[in-house]
Amino acid sequence: MSAFRAMLVRELRLARRGGGDVLTLVLFFIIVGAIVPFAVGPDRELLARIAPGMVWIAAFLAMLLGLDRLFRPDHEDGSLILLRQADLPLSAVVAAKLITHWLVSALPLIVASPFLAMLLAMDVETFWRMLISLLVGTPALAAFGAVGAAVTVAIRRGGLIAPILVAPLSIPVLIFGTGSISATQSSAALLFLAALSLMAVALAPFAAALAISSGED
Amino acid sequence: MSIDTTPKQSWWNRIAHPGQFVAWTTPLLWPLTILTAVLFVVGLWFAFFNSPEDYQMGDTVRIMYVHVPNAWLSQFVYGVMAVSALGTLVWRHPMADVSMKAAAPLGALFTALALFTGALWGRPTWGTFWEWDGRMTSTLVLLFIYLGIVALWRAFDDQLRAARVIAVFTLIGAVNIPIIKFSVDWWSTLHQPASVFRADGPTMPGSILTPLFVMFFAFTFLFITLQLKAMHTEVRRRRVMTLQRKAAQGSTA
Repeated sequence: MSAFRAMLVRELRLARRGGGDVLTLVLFFIIVGAIVPFAVGPDRELLARIAPGMVWIAAFLAMLLGLDRLFRPDHEDGSLILLRQADLPLSAVVAAKLITHWLVSALPLIVASPFLAMLLAMDVETFWRMLISLLVGTPALAAFGAVGAAVTVAIRRGGLIAPILVAPLSIPVLIFGTGSISATQSSAALLFLAALSLMAVALAPFAAALAISSGED
Repeated sequence: MSIDTTPKQSWWNRIAHPGQFVAWTTPLLWPLTILTAVLFVVGLWFAFFNSPEDYQMGDTVRIMYVHVPNAWLSQFVYGVMAVSALGTLVWRHPMADVSMKAAAPLGALFTALALFTGALWGRPTWGTFWEWDGRMTSTLVLLFIYLGIVALWRAFDDQLRAARVIAVFTLIGAVNIPIIKFSVDWWSTLHQPASVFRADGPTMPGSILTPLFVMFFAFTFLFITLQLKAMHTEVRRRRVMTLQRKAAQGSTA
């Protein structure tokens, strides 16, 4: 367990000292959301109607953008090879990375989402539902992203191809995520979203670890 | 040949050797091609000249004889890929890699054809090329997954390493496709409660079923033939790459 905790501390420390990555992602998230009114017009009713979907798309794109730093730096400086030889199973390493990835790339988005809600003219009740759906759904996005990053880590230009692989797999998350914000269907969609998140987070470390170890030797 | 001295030589071991696989399956290619061609001729003759018009859809019903087999293959080919992926991961069977790689573009092609013929059929019957219907949407997502896998194959330099990574991804996709299907069905019923068109149209009489079955087998045998040929091509491509590498090493030494 201490090795697992050491992994968590290492990842968090790397994220903190790595500079403005977190801020860049948050900024990207806000900008994607803020661009929408320029494209569809500043009509408040229309904005309020499409706001839940836009917030989910912005979060989805921001998390795709952050994928490349999940395994690639460790692959490039060779520490991934050392991590494979550690006593801690590779799946536990991936699980630790998944948790910290969610903490540094999904949690800031959720914290920043009130700004986006304001810009997109969302009412307070919808905002709370959106907050819950983001909290429940983003772990699944992070888990699918981790699988995509693991599959492409051995490819030199893998940063481009991972989003192509992850996006189709993440469609259920988007469907149930936006569904859980809508007023009529929210409870059923939220339960499906939670089930999807739990399953993805439970299985993704093993799948990603398998992909990493098959691609590296 | 040294291979003859091995104690047990089942067909499983025999096809594990790429050269033996090619030698063993090459005699199958011509009979398969002829069978496919005959099935297509018979099936198309039934489809065009010996099947009734639909009382609602008229002649456009004949698109079904091309559309349904393609839709079936779009899923069947993913099944072939998933089984090959298991073969790669569990038995490390060399021909499973090759089969997985050969099937991916074929699956993408059949899925694209299913969507294309579906769009052609949708225009006269539903009045639109595209509708965000559950079945069409999940077929589109399946096409994206196929294309992602093809892109993944092209991105790797080392094809042996690529095979194991892609096998993992293929199996993840196989687990995820039913979830996507379910979520898309849930989503499309949410978005359009009363559909204009219903899947349960008129029950099919035998005069429509006969050409459908013939075309179904024709397309399936077309896939098997193309898959075998693509596997042979892949084996030869790998051999050429090995020879090129050897030649390059020889010139520098």
